Amino acid sequence: MSGRIAYIASNTFREAVRDRVLYNLIAFALLMSGAAVLVGQISIGIERLVVINLGLTAVSLFGIVIAIFIGIGLVSKEIDKRTLYTVLSRPVQRWEFIVGKFFGLAGTLVVNALFMALGVFVALLYVSHHFQATDGWVLIAVYFIILQFLIITSLALLFSTFSSPLLSAVFAFSLFVIGTFAEDLRGFAGLTKGIVRWLATGAAYLVPNFSALNVISSVAHEQPVAGQLILSNTAYALVYASMALCGAVLIFERRNLK
Amino acid sequence: MEAFQLYAMTAIDILGLEKTYSVGFWRKTPRCALKPLHLRVEEGEIFGFLGPNGAGKTTTLKMLMGLVYPTAGSARILGMEINDPRMKAQIGFLPEQPYFYDYLTAGELLNYYGQLSGVPPKERSRKVREVLDRVGLPDVMQVQLRKFSKGMLQRVGIAQAILHDPRIVFLDEPMSGLDPMGRREVRDLMEQLKHEGKTVFFSTHILSDAEALCDRVAIIHLGELRSVGAVADLTSSVEGKIELVWHGNKIPSSMKALGADCHVTGDTVRAVLLEGNQDAALEALRREQLRIISLIPVRTSLEEYFVRKLQPSKAVAGVTK
Repeated sequence: MSGRIAYIASNTFREAVRDRVLYNLIAFALLMSGAAVLVGQISIGIERLVVINLGLTAVSLFGIVIAIFIGIGLVSKEIDKRTLYTVLSRPVQRWEFIVGKFFGLAGTLVVNALFMALGVFVALLYVSHHFQATDGWVLIAVYFIILQFLIITSLALLFSTFSSPLLSAVFAFSLFVIGTFAEDLRGFAGLTKGIVRWLATGAAYLVPNFSALNVISSVAHEQPVAGQLILSNTAYALVYASMALCGAVLIFERRNLK
Repeated sequence: MEAFQLYAMTAIDILGLEKTYSVGFWRKTPRCALKPLHLRVEEGEIFGFLGPNGAGKTTTLKMLMGLVYPTAGSARILGMEINDPRMKAQIGFLPEQPYFYDYLTAGELLNYYGQLSGVPPKERSRKVREVLDRVGLPDVMQVQLRKFSKGMLQRVGIAQAILHDPRIVFLDEPMSGLDPMGRREVRDLMEQLKHEGKTVFFSTHILSDAEALCDRVAIIHLGELRSVGAVADLTSSVEGKIELVWHGNKIPSSMKALGADCHVTGDTVRAVLLEGNQDAALEALRREQLRIISLIPVRTSLEEYFVRKLQPSKAVAGVTK
């Protein structure tokens, strides 16, 4: 990573921290402690399942909301406020700016997710008083959630290069929802015929496949995650995020900053 | 090597730079923001880019900074293309009404810009302190920019433009938002930069600033370059007239015969007349034993010249195609 990308990423991370984005951790901590106490009282034998399900779903949703709401403003806000002018008039290439912004927000989300994962483990310890070997799969689920963040951040950044924040949020949320049901969309494509099948299959492969990156339920039921899935999901997320970033760079390189 | 020598003395070389935006719902209506602009600025000059609001000054600066792409034409700065990062390391830019990351302190912001400009880490904190001192903000290192007034932000803007010791400084309306003292300080700073051998290219519509500072100016209106030249040349004497001022409120009758345009203000009289009648007028005043205060050639002010350059264009249908 070039020095300038690192500086831009670090400044983006600092902006998120100073804008009190990490305050969501307080809400998460309250949620987890409340859930742990409540679950301990009302459920018998499934405390771990409930805590893992609730905790990881919260890690995912908190992060996705942050990724979208910060990601959609990463470029458009800089253009609107003209903070970009004093950056791009320096020896900074436009692609370096986009990549730096991506790593800055991705870094924020990773730190955020790791703190929340820690919260999940603390809640697990509270309800079952000990750790077991299968708890390690929780880390795989968190890793997959982070891969989701990379994809959604790159998409929000892509929309931010050409659209208003409101429309970018709509696009990014829509893609997240559709992507969550990507497997269903592929199943639906298989049931159709002719041009509809063609279009449905194309759409199913174009939207990010978030359902493949969601192993929360399996992990909660103490089912192992295949090494093959870890590899393919990693490759998929990296390729998808890279392509979205390339799109963002291509658009931003051509844009007049009026 | 030859190319380097060719451009060694030319700081900015603008070759037919032109910008047309597409406007309207379908973006099919062209709107010309800048007609082909040819301009050359030499190294070490303070060059004023003058024009009323909407004249095309900011568009030109944005194209030079690589923020807006020209529709046609090109420009070279220090002999390099405008998208060359090596060139950008040698220029500083203050945008119009600058806005900065307000979650940062002044020290953090300048340190960040120093990083991006490639200022070595060992020199960075010293340069940040020096430049804040230089723009009159020695005690704000740890203050967040969201607590700054408009004038203070303008000073920070100037600080970030000169932080990395650039060879050329581009300033878009640098006096904007400053009080009279601040304007004076910025004028002094620009003169210091010139003495350090730097080129200053600044846009303004405040003509007194340009008149006081600039070696040369260009006047632009409705996207079209109207005039370029040294301030002294543009404001040279007009139609060979002189201004004669004397004490008292008496106007000798012969003065009227000489065609003098006389005005009495308090206990002085100011007369404007043709240079050829100077000796006869002086003789008339001596005859009447009136005390002469001054005799100077009438020079048009830059403001008068500027207004004159803009007026004919009002008859033109404008630049919107």
